[in-house]
Amino acid sequence: MKSKKTLFGALTLSAMLALTACGNNGSTTASGSTEPAATGTTTPAATEQPADAKVSGEILAVGSTALQPLVDQVGQKFMGDNGDVTVQVQGGGSGTGLTQVSEGAANIGNSDVFAEEKLDADKAKELVDHQVAVVAMASVVNKDTGVTNLTKQQLVDIFKGKITNWKDVGGADQKITIVNRPSSSGTRATFEKFALGEKVENVAGSIEQDSSGTVKQIVADTKGAIGYLAFSYLDDTVTALSYDGVEPTEANVQDGKYPIWAYEHMYTKGEPDGATKAFLDYFMSEEVQQADVTELGYIPVSSMKVKRDAEGKVIQ
Amino acid sequence: MENTKVVAEPKKRSFAKHHREDMIGKIYTNLCVLLLIVVIVSIVYFVASKGLSTFFKDGVSPIEFLFGTHWSPDGSPASFGALPFIGGSFVVSMLAALIAGPLSICAALFMTEIVPGKGKRILQPVIELLSGIPSVVYGFIGLTVLVPFISALTGGNSLGYGVGAGALVLSVMILPTITSIAADALASLPRGMREASYALGATRWQTIYRVVLPTLAPSLWTGVILGIARAFGEALAVQMVIGNAPFLPTSLLTSASTLTSVITLNMTNTSTGSVQNNVLWSMALMLLFMTFVFIIIVRLLQRRNKL
Amino acid sequence: MKARTADKLATGVIIFFAILIVAILGGLLGFILIRGISHIDWHFLTSPSQNFKAGGGIGPQLFNSLFLLVLTMIITVPLGLGGGIYMAEYAKDNKLTGFIRLVVEVLSSFPSIVVGLFGLLLFVNTFGFGYSLLSGAIALAIFNLPLMVRITEQAFRAVPREQKEAGLALGLSKWKIITSILLPVALPSLITGTILAAGRVFGEAAALLFTSGMTTPPLNFSDWNPFHARSPINPMRSAETLAVHIWKVNSEGRIPDAKDVSAGASAVLVIMVLLFNLVARWFGRFVYRKITASKQVN
Repeated sequence: MKSKKTLFGALTLSAMLALTACGNNGSTTASGSTEPAATGTTTPAATEQPADAKVSGEILAVGSTALQPLVDQVGQKFMGDNGDVTVQVQGGGSGTGLTQVSEGAANIGNSDVFAEEKLDADKAKELVDHQVAVVAMASVVNKDTGVTNLTKQQLVDIFKGKITNWKDVGGADQKITIVNRPSSSGTRATFEKFALGEKVENVAGSIEQDSSGTVKQIVADTKGAIGYLAFSYLDDTVTALSYDGVEPTEANVQDGKYPIWAYEHMYTKGEPDGATKAFLDYFMSEEVQQADVTELGYIPVSSMKVKRDAEGKVIQ
Repeated sequence: MENTKVVAEPKKRSFAKHHREDMIGKIYTNLCVLLLIVVIVSIVYFVASKGLSTFFKDGVSPIEFLFGTHWSPDGSPASFGALPFIGGSFVVSMLAALIAGPLSICAALFMTEIVPGKGKRILQPVIELLSGIPSVVYGFIGLTVLVPFISALTGGNSLGYGVGAGALVLSVMILPTITSIAADALASLPRGMREASYALGATRWQTIYRVVLPTLAPSLWTGVILGIARAFGEALAVQMVIGNAPFLPTSLLTSASTLTSVITLNMTNTSTGSVQNNVLWSMALMLLFMTFVFIIIVRLLQRRNKL
Repeated sequence: MKARTADKLATGVIIFFAILIVAILGGLLGFILIRGISHIDWHFLTSPSQNFKAGGGIGPQLFNSLFLLVLTMIITVPLGLGGGIYMAEYAKDNKLTGFIRLVVEVLSSFPSIVVGLFGLLLFVNTFGFGYSLLSGAIALAIFNLPLMVRITEQAFRAVPREQKEAGLALGLSKWKIITSILLPVALPSLITGTILAAGRVFGEAAALLFTSGMTTPPLNFSDWNPFHARSPINPMRSAETLAVHIWKVNSEGRIPDAKDVSAGASAVLVIMVLLFNLVARWFGRFVYRKITASKQVN
């Protein structure tokens, strides 16, 4: 008998120790975590969701880390309105999101790029695209470069390493340092497609960073640095460049004058139904588009005067 | 008291009970060991089947993968030269070992030869704490202290990201590995060997240099190799400071990549089954392969140690 | 004379390097704690993290790290004990044992990111667990198992032979000897080793990126039903741990105060690891004293 007790004791001892530590933490975190609940209860008052749209179920949205905060925020509001629905949002990257929705492991796949660019054509065909926001980006340079505008050709030459000094494009005599994104990044794909018009390879001496915050900091701190950022990151620590003479402003994007932008996508496999459809409809409502979407630095799809297809061709 | 009771029990029953107890113990421990083997076999099998599909299914040439220096997985035509990453991993981990090796061996000598006893009491906890600091914390410190420092050293002409920063961060991370192995080896050396050397009139340094280090060379190398192995497989700390450009490193200040940093940056952004994704699995397979290589080297060293 | 100078020089260099290492640790700890502690307060430790605004905390991440540690240990400890006991008590000196030893060695040398990738492939995708605490815990268990086996084996081997022989003389079964004689004696070093291993698990990030995921759903800390989606202890939910959080905010995060958050989180992480170290030492000594004391009484 004694032996069994000792064995049991040994097995549970370490677990117990950790459990007590964890229990303490659980209670402390509980006391502090009233915040999300509080925001959850304030939203129903502000929203005017039709009462008849009673839906229930679980929605799993996986994918793009860039889009995740927006979906998360909208999801929480949606859950506040519809008590029977759970919206789970996971990051993991656009590739993961598209794969999972295509395999049926997730209800929604969040992506920075068109499914056609990441999946096989026949797999991409099964997915239905819901374009929920527009993200625009600008090339940014260190403030000391003395450049405020670059033409498409100049940008291409810089990112291909043909131009290596700012004085060649009318700036100060400083070496150009490129801050790029990983080759699989959606931001990079957008920038290459619409700003450069072609895929470019990394230039020796350039660096790759995935984080917009880091890119901004490096460009702000490093002489002669150039990178690209979504509009929501632009501030006066860096110079946002005009592109072919067009300033990077929301109005210019909406008019179709400024071309460096892309859709944020939420893909479903086949047409959505039930809770997923209700959620996506809610996402497209003006209430979300004009509030949460703009709050996070995206441009509402409804305010766009131009449209694009998967090849990037503009359809008026 | 209980024990005497067991003996007092009738022989037959106690034998049956013994048998049952022993069966339970045997089955339980055997299952645990079997699980270990199942785990390792499945890791190798799954990673290999994914990693090899790049070559068999997608038709990427293994020669290009291993020796190509051109990395452009989304380009047209796409090219999958992973040499910059393989090379980057080797360069960074070798450099780290080059820095950490001498330091660690000195630390071990300090603990066992210079100030035996007291030295160990001071350095042992230091080494343990260094090995306890999580790798992301090393990465974060590298990012906020080391990278700006290197950049400032070059007068702002470099970003500070690069092989040098990566190697320095890794060298601190592998210091505990090498030190503890070296210290164990030094402690295992028979006292008589040192005393014989001292008796011959040798100084302490002569004893260390001529007797202690040569005798322990295989063990010390084991420590260094295991350190390199750890550096080779380290992912996040390196990724945060190395700059991640897909080029073979040409200087300490150039941004480069390692196998692990490319995998972390791109794995989730590519879709499962695509060649861009599969080629990352090939790199994971490469990491597995190198683990085996390091272990074989360590085993060979240990064999030499016995002779 | 020359030999003497060389000796002095070498001694000086060795002492210098030893001091350098102590200084490195001092600098690292000093930096983390000074930079981080100013950012730690009750709000930071308990409030949820922010995705794009400043001022977020690490509450869910801290909880995830601890809960994941518990899950991992529940899987690892019994398996590691079994494996270690086999190696110490059952393994014969033959080729098979050599092979198993190699397996343990290889498994412990696998880069943690490879273990994470394996978890992604098998648990997340093939078994359909998704990015979840369960997937993360299994991956960490694989990562931790070889260490646990080694700790157990060493602890059992360190038990004096006489104790075992005494058991044999009493006519006990082998399993009974293991559980009632060897295990209690080995317990102090087992516990010390386990807590130290736990510290390693606590700071691991690379194996978790692709298994437990990089996001945490909003948690409801008043709902402790493990089957509810928003329950903190639902093992099927995704969970970003403290270490993963540090990596994420620095490498792909959007929050403007990433540096402050990671400094604070790093300090918490390091303090926890220090605590694990101290507790391990203290507990080992405590149990040892207790056992030796009780022996004297008998």
